[in-house]
This record gives sequence, C-alpha cells and structure tokens, in this order.
Amino acid sequence: MEILEIIGGILILIGSAFLFLGALGILRMPDVYNRLQAGTKATTLGAMSLIIGVGFLEPSWMMKSIIIVVFIAFSNPISSHALARAMYKRKRYPIIKSEDKDMDAYIEVFQQEEEEVKS
Amino acid sequence: MTYILYIAMSFLILGLIISAIRFVKGPTAGDRTVALDTLTTIGVAGLVLLAYVFGRFIYVDVALVYAVLGFIGVIVIARYLEGAL
Amino acid sequence: MIYLILFAVLLLLMLAAAVYATFQRDLLYAVIATGVISLVLSVIFYMLQAPDVALTEAAIGVALTTIIFIITIRNTVRHEDEHDKHSREKKIQP
Repeated sequence: MEILEIIGGILILIGSAFLFLGALGILRMPDVYNRLQAGTKATTLGAMSLIIGVGFLEPSWMMKSIIIVVFIAFSNPISSHALARAMYKRKRYPIIKSEDKDMDAYIEVFQQEEEEVKS
Repeated sequence: MTYILYIAMSFLILGLIISAIRFVKGPTAGDRTVALDTLTTIGVAGLVLLAYVFGRFIYVDVALVYAVLGFIGVIVIARYLEGAL
Repeated sequence: MIYLILFAVLLLLMLAAAVYATFQRDLLYAVIATGVISLVLSVIFYMLQAPDVALTEAAIGVALTTIIFIITIRNTVRHEDEHDKHSREKKIQP
C-alpha cells in the first residue's frame, strides 16, 4: 500500500514538472516549429506520467487511466503533425540564428523549394 | 501527500498562465493554435488530478471526453490554415 | 487555499479570453479564443460539482462550435475590416 503511494507521488511530481516545462517552452522558443516541439512532446509525457500516477494512487482507476493515456498518445501527435504541415504549406520556414549557414540541414531544401516556386 | 498535490497544482496553474501569455502574444495563427493545444493537454491532466482530489470515480469521464474530442478543433483550424478544408 | 487560487485564475483567464475575442478584428483568432473560453468554462463547471454539464460543454464547445465557425469563416471573409470595406463598396454601387 505504501509503495504504490510513493510511486504515484513521484510520477505526479514528474508529470506536473514536465507540463510546466512544456508551457515554459512555448513562451521561450523563437519559432512556430520549436514551440510545437516543446508544447506537444513535453506535455504529452507530462500528461501521461500524471495520469498513470493517479492510477497508482487509486488502483481501481488504473483501467480508465490507461484508456486516457492511449487516447492522448493517439490524438496529440495527430494534431501536432497537422499543424506543422499547415504552417509549412503557408511558407513559414524556421528561423536560422547561427552564423554558419552551411551547418543547417534545412536551408538547401528551402532554397530548392523557393526556386521551384519562383520558376 | 497533500503537499505533493499542492506542488503539482501550483505547477499546473503556472502552466495555464504561461500558455495564456503566449496565446495573447503570439504573432501568427499557428502560435495561438499551439497555445490552445497545450491548454487542452494541461486541462486533461488537471481534470484527472481534480478527480483524485474530489475522490469521485465518475469524474474521470470528463477528462476522457476531452482526451477524445480535444484535438478535433486543432485539426479543423490546421486544415483551414492549409487551405484544404 | 490552492483550489481557491485555481478558481480565481480560471475565472480571470475566461474573462481575459472573452474580452480578447470581443475586441479582436481577426475572426480566426476570435474563434481560437472561443475554444479557450469553452475549455476553461468546462473546468469551472467541473469544480462546481456538475460533471454532466461539463461533459456537454466539452463535447459541444470544443468540437461543434469550432467546426461551425471555421466553416462560416471559410465561406465569408477572415478579417472584419475586409467585410466593412466590401459592404461599403457594395453600398456605393447601385
């Protein structure tokens, strides 16, 4: 009985900390794609951990907690992917801040696509 | 146990406030939609935590409905931004 | 105590989102703000021990309202100023 409460408390603390860090990420990041990365992946892990932690605290709730976790694991990447695809189709490309432009992996693809659009 | 719930709840409140700040500040429509998505996920987690605080098993159903239906609005907005709706 | 703070934060958030949706000229941003209002209102109903009302609000407010408003924006114009200009031009023409 005690060990389940300890595991549940630790999972709830980890989950709430990840939810806070994900929200902090969408405030601090410079770009739509970076905000999407922080605001979707970190909060997915946080919500999963917190809900499983609540399932450990009340063992009879475990089945419904697992169902909620499965639905979050399905629905959150779908919305994130749709949003990133829409912003890419609207030609909002990532901001490049480093001096060495050759280091960036995306710049060739974007230059090619811009030339294709112009031609 | 009570202190753990207090700490988790204050983290969730801070997350709500920060996401709302990004929602007001965001320059494009994509930033605001990301803020709405983050608010929905934090809301699902907060509903489950509040169900544990109130001690009612039936209250978890509201969080289940949010987890099932919460992404439809984001997908519709994304399809509209894409121009394919 | 912490639940009282959560309740106050939720009420202020809903009020801010409602004011933002009212005074925003871009209608898409107003629709997204309506989604935020629906989410926060559902959590408020939940904290007031009414889970059935919160269930209905979640099902209608998140999915149905957003879809109908987005289809409306798709069929009309997105910015409110465009609509004003459009109607003014139409009024001038006989």
